[in-house]
Amino acid sequence: MYELIAQYPLLAALFALVSLGAVFGAILGYAAVRFKAEGNPIVDQINAILPQTQCGQCGHPGCRPYAEAIAAGEAINKCPPGGQAGVQALADLLDVEAPTLDEEHGEEKVPHVAYIHEDDCIGCTKCIQACPVDAILGAAKHMHTVIASECTGCDLCVDPCPVDCIEMIPEHETVQTWHWQLPDPNSRRVDIIASDATAEEAA
Amino acid sequence: MRKIHDFHGGVHPPENKHQSVRTAIANAGVPEELVLPLSQHIGAAAQPVVGVGDKVLKGQLLAAATGFVSVPVHAPTSGTVSAIEDRLIAHPSGHSAPCIVLASDGMDQWQDCVATADYRSVDRVALLDQIRSAGVAGMGGAGFPTAVKLAVKPEKHIQTLILNGTECEPYITADDIIMRERASRIIEGAQILAYLVEPDEIVIGIEDNKPESIAALQAAAQDTPVEIAVFPTKYPSGGEKQLIEILTGKQVPSGGLPADIGVVCQNVGSAIAVRDAIIEGKPLISRVVTVTGDAVAEPQNFEALIGTSMSYLLQKAGYQPEKNQRLIMGGPMMGFTVPDPNVPIVKTTNCILAPAATELPAPPPAQPCIRCGMCAEVCPASLLPQQLFWFAQGKEFEKAEQHNLFDCIECGACSYACPSNIPLVQYYRAAKAEVIQMREDAEKSEHSRLRFEARQARKEREEAEKEAKRAARKKAAQEKARLAAEQGEAGEDPIQAAIERAKAKKAAQVAGSGAEGGSELEKLEKAVVTIRKRLETASAKFEAAKAEGAEHVDALKLGVDKTSAKLAAAEKALHDWQQANPAANSELPSAAEPADAAQAAIQKAMAARAQDAARSPQEKAQDNLQKLESRLTKSEARLQQSRAANEEEKIIIALESTVERLREKVAAAKAELQDKETC
Repeated sequence: MYELIAQYPLLAALFALVSLGAVFGAILGYAAVRFKAEGNPIVDQINAILPQTQCGQCGHPGCRPYAEAIAAGEAINKCPPGGQAGVQALADLLDVEAPTLDEEHGEEKVPHVAYIHEDDCIGCTKCIQACPVDAILGAAKHMHTVIASECTGCDLCVDPCPVDCIEMIPEHETVQTWHWQLPDPNSRRVDIIASDATAEEAA
Repeated sequence: MRKIHDFHGGVHPPENKHQSVRTAIANAGVPEELVLPLSQHIGAAAQPVVGVGDKVLKGQLLAAATGFVSVPVHAPTSGTVSAIEDRLIAHPSGHSAPCIVLASDGMDQWQDCVATADYRSVDRVALLDQIRSAGVAGMGGAGFPTAVKLAVKPEKHIQTLILNGTECEPYITADDIIMRERASRIIEGAQILAYLVEPDEIVIGIEDNKPESIAALQAAAQDTPVEIAVFPTKYPSGGEKQLIEILTGKQVPSGGLPADIGVVCQNVGSAIAVRDAIIEGKPLISRVVTVTGDAVAEPQNFEALIGTSMSYLLQKAGYQPEKNQRLIMGGPMMGFTVPDPNVPIVKTTNCILAPAATELPAPPPAQPCIRCGMCAEVCPASLLPQQLFWFAQGKEFEKAEQHNLFDCIECGACSYACPSNIPLVQYYRAAKAEVIQMREDAEKSEHSRLRFEARQARKEREEAEKEAKRAARKKAAQEKARLAAEQGEAGEDPIQAAIERAKAKKAAQVAGSGAEGGSELEKLEKAVVTIRKRLETASAKFEAAKAEGAEHVDALKLGVDKTSAKLAAAEKALHDWQQANPAANSELPSAAEPADAAQAAIQKAMAARAQDAARSPQEKAQDNLQKLESRLTKSEARLQQSRAANEEEKIIIALESTVERLREKVAAAKAELQDKETC
């Protein structure tokens, strides 16, 4: 064996490399079949960051289609409910520069909850059909109402209402929902001595 | 003597406790109005069980607990419920929250209390229920429902029951004063708690800056298994986890509970509340509150009803608002500024601090972090506060969480030690809130996603069902069409066949009605014409042959004769037919058109009338008479036949009457005829 290798070093090397290649190729080929990823995992990751309001402000019929579009190369700044924080999270995930939120698709605003003025409701069921998360309860010719805890505040029920009885009410803060805010970084400058302030401004 | 351990870090801020312990606990009395927030504890808010205008007695239930981690609210005095509405409460947010407002009637009349003097004869679960329904929540400051804390899972053996009499925060003396004055009740409460959790040992932990309390408790604890442990003063040794480490040397694991390491810790104030709830059957309706600070003339401790307004207590202590720049609930380290002096005190209000402007000056502006590490040195939870600060400032909350942000007890030691005056605790509180918010948002968005996907799936399913139905209908229609086509190939469309049959029938009828008159006549005429032609031809041949004198003249003559005979027969037949069908004859062209019998009858009648009109009246009368006579003759003959055949009497009578009538008519007709002939 050793003699054979010594005799044909070039062939021996070639044989060794080819056989290694064949073995690893087989392993890789098996792994590709055995551990095949179902679907596009990046779409799931993007979808997990999107706020799932299903509002369609990005121009896609729901959050997942937008996630798919982002995976296919669409801009990441079209989601107003996600806000700048959402854009930042997407930028971190995709390792790209974070653009500012595209105002064309709407502004970032406080979460809203749909409210049906029940006296005015005629029971047309149009809003029920429009709600992407089945958060409106009611039946034909019966009053409808919004299940506030399920409402994503997507706005989609407002337009179809023929009697304009749906209002988007901003969620108001209570003792339970209130929380501490980060100290205002600008407050630090209030009592700063004059020379420091000007130096900082100059810089 | 127990071995005392130490915990990491800690600070020694000025204690300022002596001001408020110079006098005994004062009874604050009953204010005119009490405001009782429905949520004075950690957990779900209580649900009101009284209505506006209801009269209530002292100790009566006003709002019931709404879950396991929830405590009820009781009436601190007798009076009338004047409102259930949102009122400003002592909360750092400055928001309002739902409260029951009670107008005192000044009688302070108790309801009947169910006392359980011999608690050892009562089941533990029943005792826990009693504590729960008495509305006892942790009196140390956090307000966790005491019954929940005491409901230890049976598989967890409790080695140490700790009563927290540390009260490490500056200024506050509420626990100190009750340990001095109510030591025996604390020991009694400790024994009830021990009965509930069955610990191996009972320890009351006290800092060494409260010698009077230590002496009082030691005196009260004689001949009981309760041990009094004294340890050096250091902030924040009163923190639950820190106190456990001091007394047992064990650390509560991150994210765990004291019960995980066999320890239950209760505040001394809670012990008294538990004792009162069991032995006296009284719910938690009052507590001891320290009112202190340089802005009050007489700092002291008050026994105040829950719901008493802070300004009421401050007034009693000689409040000087002009000196005061802010009002703090709790101590200077962990307390918060209250939005308004009229907020009520709650079960967790241990201190109202009204410092003078010089006493607790507004924090100087924060400077940049110099990474000196002082905060890390003093942190009792062994965290890296400056690191957490950087993460919070950069909004890298995930990293902050990875650096055990949630182990921070928000004691404020780091802020106290920070040479740059950075409000570190506020960063941590904000970061914690942010993380919790993110978790909630993630949960909500996941929930929304599931609902959205469920809806999509449902719509797809409905669409598929519709599509299937549509396909089934289409298939059925196609099948029907195919079957019909097969039938058509075999014997045409039945409808079409029927129509055609009908058409053929009509055509045949039309043709038939015309042919009856037409075709026969034509035939006859044709025959006449043909025979006449043949006769002419034969005659011409005969004449020619005769002129030539040919041999076959005789034969030709015979042929001519035969043909002329045939012509005569044909002409006769035609004539006869014409005689038999005068209408057809006279109106030959129109005979084919008015095919139906009705029209023919009308024409006949018209023709008859025309004939009738042409005759004279005399002739008419003659005709009429003849007709009547012939009818009479026929009737008479019929009558005689009937008589001869012996037919039924009825018929014979009928026939007789007919004959009679006809005779009369004949007579009348004869008379008429005679009349006409005469004139």
